[in-house]
Amino acid sequence: MGENNLLSLNINNKQVSVEVTPGQSLADLLRETLGLTGTKIGCNENECGVCTVLIDGEPILSCNYPAVRAQGKSILTIEGLSESTKNGTNPQLHPIQEAFVQYGAVQCGFCSPGQIMMAYALLLRSPDPSSEEIRHHFKDTLCRCGGYPTIVRAVKAAAYAMRTGKPIPPPGITLSNEPLNVIGNVHIRPDSIQKVTGEAKFTDDLKFSGMLHAAVKRSLIPHGFLKQLDVEKAKELEGVVAVLTAKDIPGQSTHGLVIHDWPSMIDIDERVRYVGDAVAIIAAETHEIALKALDLIKAEYELLDPITDPVQARNPDVPHLHENGNLLKHIKVRKGDMDAGFATADVVLEHTYHTVTTDHAFLEPECTIARPTSDDRMEIYVGSQIPYADRDQVALALGWEEKRVRVVGQLVGGGFGGKEDIAGQIHAALLANATNKPVKLLYDRHESLIAHPKRHATQIRVKVGAKNDGTLTVVETELYGDTGAYASLGEKVMTRATTHSSGPYEVPNVCADCYAMYTNNPPAGAFRGFGVTQSAFAVESMMDTLAETLKLNPVDIRRKNAFKVGSVTNTGQTLTDSVGLIECIDQTFAEIQKLSTGNPFKPQPLANAPHILKSWGLAVAYKNTGLGGGAPDKAGAEVELFENGHLEVRTSSAELGQGLVTVLQMIIAEEFRVPIERVNVLLMDTDLTPDGGPTTASRQSYVTGNAARLAAQSLREIICKTLAERFNTPPDQISFIDGLVQIGSQQLQLGEVVQIMKQEGHEPLALYEYWAPETKPLGQGGNMHFAYSFAAQAAEVAVNTHTGEVKILRVIAATDVGKALNPLGLRGQIEGGVMMAIGNALTEEFIMEEGYVFTDRLARYRIPSIAHMPEIIPIIVEDPTAEGPYGAKGIGEIISIPTTPAITNAIYNAVGIRIDKLPIDQEKILLALKQR
Amino acid sequence: MDICKDFHYSTSVEDALQALGQSPGTAKLLAGGTDLLLDLQQGRHPPVETLVDITNIPELNSLEFRQQEIFIGATVPHRVITTSAEVREHTQALAEACGLIGGPQVRNVATLGGNVAHALPAADGTIALMVLNTRVEIATLKNRRLVALADLFKGPGQSSLDPQKELLVGFYIPQKEGKQGSAFKRIMRPQGVAIAILNCAIWLHQEEEVIKDIRISMGPSGPVPKRLLGVENALRGKSPGKAEIDEAYQILLAQTSFRTSRHRATQAYRQEMARVLLQETLQLAWERSDS
Repeated sequence: MGENNLLSLNINNKQVSVEVTPGQSLADLLRETLGLTGTKIGCNENECGVCTVLIDGEPILSCNYPAVRAQGKSILTIEGLSESTKNGTNPQLHPIQEAFVQYGAVQCGFCSPGQIMMAYALLLRSPDPSSEEIRHHFKDTLCRCGGYPTIVRAVKAAAYAMRTGKPIPPPGITLSNEPLNVIGNVHIRPDSIQKVTGEAKFTDDLKFSGMLHAAVKRSLIPHGFLKQLDVEKAKELEGVVAVLTAKDIPGQSTHGLVIHDWPSMIDIDERVRYVGDAVAIIAAETHEIALKALDLIKAEYELLDPITDPVQARNPDVPHLHENGNLLKHIKVRKGDMDAGFATADVVLEHTYHTVTTDHAFLEPECTIARPTSDDRMEIYVGSQIPYADRDQVALALGWEEKRVRVVGQLVGGGFGGKEDIAGQIHAALLANATNKPVKLLYDRHESLIAHPKRHATQIRVKVGAKNDGTLTVVETELYGDTGAYASLGEKVMTRATTHSSGPYEVPNVCADCYAMYTNNPPAGAFRGFGVTQSAFAVESMMDTLAETLKLNPVDIRRKNAFKVGSVTNTGQTLTDSVGLIECIDQTFAEIQKLSTGNPFKPQPLANAPHILKSWGLAVAYKNTGLGGGAPDKAGAEVELFENGHLEVRTSSAELGQGLVTVLQMIIAEEFRVPIERVNVLLMDTDLTPDGGPTTASRQSYVTGNAARLAAQSLREIICKTLAERFNTPPDQISFIDGLVQIGSQQLQLGEVVQIMKQEGHEPLALYEYWAPETKPLGQGGNMHFAYSFAAQAAEVAVNTHTGEVKILRVIAATDVGKALNPLGLRGQIEGGVMMAIGNALTEEFIMEEGYVFTDRLARYRIPSIAHMPEIIPIIVEDPTAEGPYGAKGIGEIISIPTTPAITNAIYNAVGIRIDKLPIDQEKILLALKQR
Repeated sequence: MDICKDFHYSTSVEDALQALGQSPGTAKLLAGGTDLLLDLQQGRHPPVETLVDITNIPELNSLEFRQQEIFIGATVPHRVITTSAEVREHTQALAEACGLIGGPQVRNVATLGGNVAHALPAADGTIALMVLNTRVEIATLKNRRLVALADLFKGPGQSSLDPQKELLVGFYIPQKEGKQGSAFKRIMRPQGVAIAILNCAIWLHQEEEVIKDIRISMGPSGPVPKRLLGVENALRGKSPGKAEIDEAYQILLAQTSFRTSRHRATQAYRQEMARVLLQETLQLAWERSDS
């Protein structure tokens, strides 16, 4: 009793005897004791399915499965799936793994082991599963990249291959309209094979000798002053190595991406601004000891009433949370003459919309390992969207020169904007510096939900004026954005919300005012869509109301006002190319007509259940590519050719699952005409890769894509010049073909080229720093952004008039992407963007009660599962932009913007109830129906 | 997972009860653990010295016919129940309820005994058992006894079991006879915790186109799971037409106090959903009892 048990079990077809501690979970046994880190932990609360393994052929969640129960049983983990089919020395993928790779069912890859184990469990029992069966089986196995439709297709493809012994059938992806040699064709992700075998390492999978474990003491009060802090008892606990407070920060005490207003720890007599504020940090020999030590820290606060919403925050009577008050920024957009706009309108409408705070809920919780090196530097292992910003902020906190810090970026298990700010990087570095040992700081789901920045809750008032024919004459908007306790990227996010608040429409007269306000809620920052998700919901709802008022249809009113080449935006930018909005609208409407009979925007009862009404809804959107607003937008990329004929492209830009790694590989392969397998991509290391800038604002394919393309071209030119001299041939007679260099009639292997380069004293590498076209700050007119993506989407919903329940049946998603560089990855972005938007519309609300977080567990914060998956019909429009790489522009965010208003417009068309606050509440729908 | 000092993996009912009684500190029985382990980790349940795991006791894992009844052991996982041909044939409501709980991974671990012992007012499995005339076998070190399921519940989250001396062995459910059938339905919402806003189980016996006998339960409709006796009385002897259901619904409203749960559902919405569930579940049970 009480002592450890010796357990005997079979793991991946090997008999194992191992000691377990009382209450140890199977996941812990696998990951920590046996080093099988292919099994990941996403929530530790039986919600996400990431940790799924099979016991005697049945799937279970290993995170909360007592290891003792595995006595005498057979466990199969992701590592065992490929091992069991290992063929000599060449690892042979299991057909399920192969299908996940070929179909692009792997994006960030964090959930992939769980998904694949679930697929395996299903196919053991059901060799030819129907779509419904798959949907039922994967119900609680979450994928935040939203790859559910592709997972279904991959499972069916694997089932076919396993049943018939034939190869995996091709995924049937539509190529670019004009594919090049590599670009525009289907290629698998280079990192997907490791992600499906469980070999892929995320930060928490790393171990260093002597590594300590950190924990953060958080205020857990929304507002007050720290009056006393006693850490002595915690220091005395056996196994605790260091306890640090604000006074122990050697460098700058605050951090931030734009404004350094976020204290790394709150000092005595300083203001606590939200529940996640840190007051002390601990490093201990084990994670359990660190958690015990947390409870021994005594902090006393003077409690203050919290400011809980941005409108309240602007009230002059409330206290100032920051030195300059509660207004982070008043953002103004002015165009034309508002009086004239209203005077010439035949109809004026006004309404106020609300959106709530939402969480990224990336399935990989934040993790940092900081490791002091023997040369007096600090290495930071972290999955981050902005490695160089991490480096600079950590260096500031340590009081060091930036170059003493090296960020070694790790795989990111989903980011979506939520891994741009500092999470544990500074705390881990401070503890590593104080103890001179590697320190791991891993958040659990609870801490992740409380601490990191969210999507801004907004209040948006929209007032529009239009002629009877639907021509917009004026749009006035007023926005309040809840930026929470600290600035993060709040100003930028709310600027984007404001400039996009009159929609992708030609409007002669615009006035938009936004108040980005500090409150005592968790900070709000970047989240896919970057503010435009919110304002598009408001303006696109209003456009449907306007259409109805004017007895126009939703297609015509949008078409009439839509941006086209030559249009002038509300910030005074003339759009000069690549405005594929009308084509998106037309193609979407054509698809709706194919799929419906009669007026698609009128209610249609289901034949077998007339109380369920179906209808379609439409919405459009635009979204800038790149930082814009006058911010210098540049990326560096380096390309090197090696003697084995392989190439490497290096940049610090981040791979979050979105597919940058594939795009960069394809670009280099395109430029050198080499097979794609010969290109290696190295990302996210501040020592080894040039700064690619932040992975945000849908900018990487464009900005870093251009940097890589131009670096490749530079290298090609150097090579041509060298070879031209050596072979006495004009450079224009040298070309790159089929992995070779053609010089007149002679062919050289690329490896031989490297030798020649070196003989001639040239390094076979080129660095290119690409500067995107200059942009102007808001208020100065001119080009605020260098490119925009456009989209139209239609959603078909079914509303149950007995219960108010809403089901999303189909979504048509037409997107002008400029050029489909990587069609397989694009498919994933489209499906994932739509799924994430369905969360925004239907399932997600991060609830705070007087500054305290109610949704502090994944069980209370529901993200879309496969059960919410509609049929998603992608339409790719390629209206190229001249400066983009091969014509491409950003697509990461645009997809998820029009979905929400398309859904709420469809609900209105089905039952006549206007959703003006998210998420859609079935109870409100029903009670509104009853009141009629 | 630092959730207990001692983890006792029991091999028999007696062994488990002894371990429960002999622990130097608080001891707690652990079935599937899909709720309890989280409650312990997240601090919703006070720390315990000893966890007594009862999932490896053959008697508690059996599902079989015993005379005219189906016996379902307390630690039979939901997957086994929902896929059992016997359960599907004789107690459809239970098969349906067990098939809706969690995903496949949770259903492989979570047990019916755990579902019932948690004594929550709207646990899907419990509500289904409520209408199936279920009797519960309870063991102590001294004896075994059978009690009616309803007698197990004292208040929300409180069962009448003595946590240090008693163990729930399993459930006895009468087999179906003649024109009997049952059904389970629930209303969910896409936000927040994945438990039903309202659920409903109905068992009925029809004879010559009328309801000869009926049992109805809805949760949450009070602090403990309960039958809606007044509604049953109103429907007994009638055919389930629109007027009869309307009348029964009025009685349901009058005799049932639904509550508002923060961030989940208002009383008004639950009242509306009660009408939908009563009508749809009754319809389904009626159709099934005719086959």
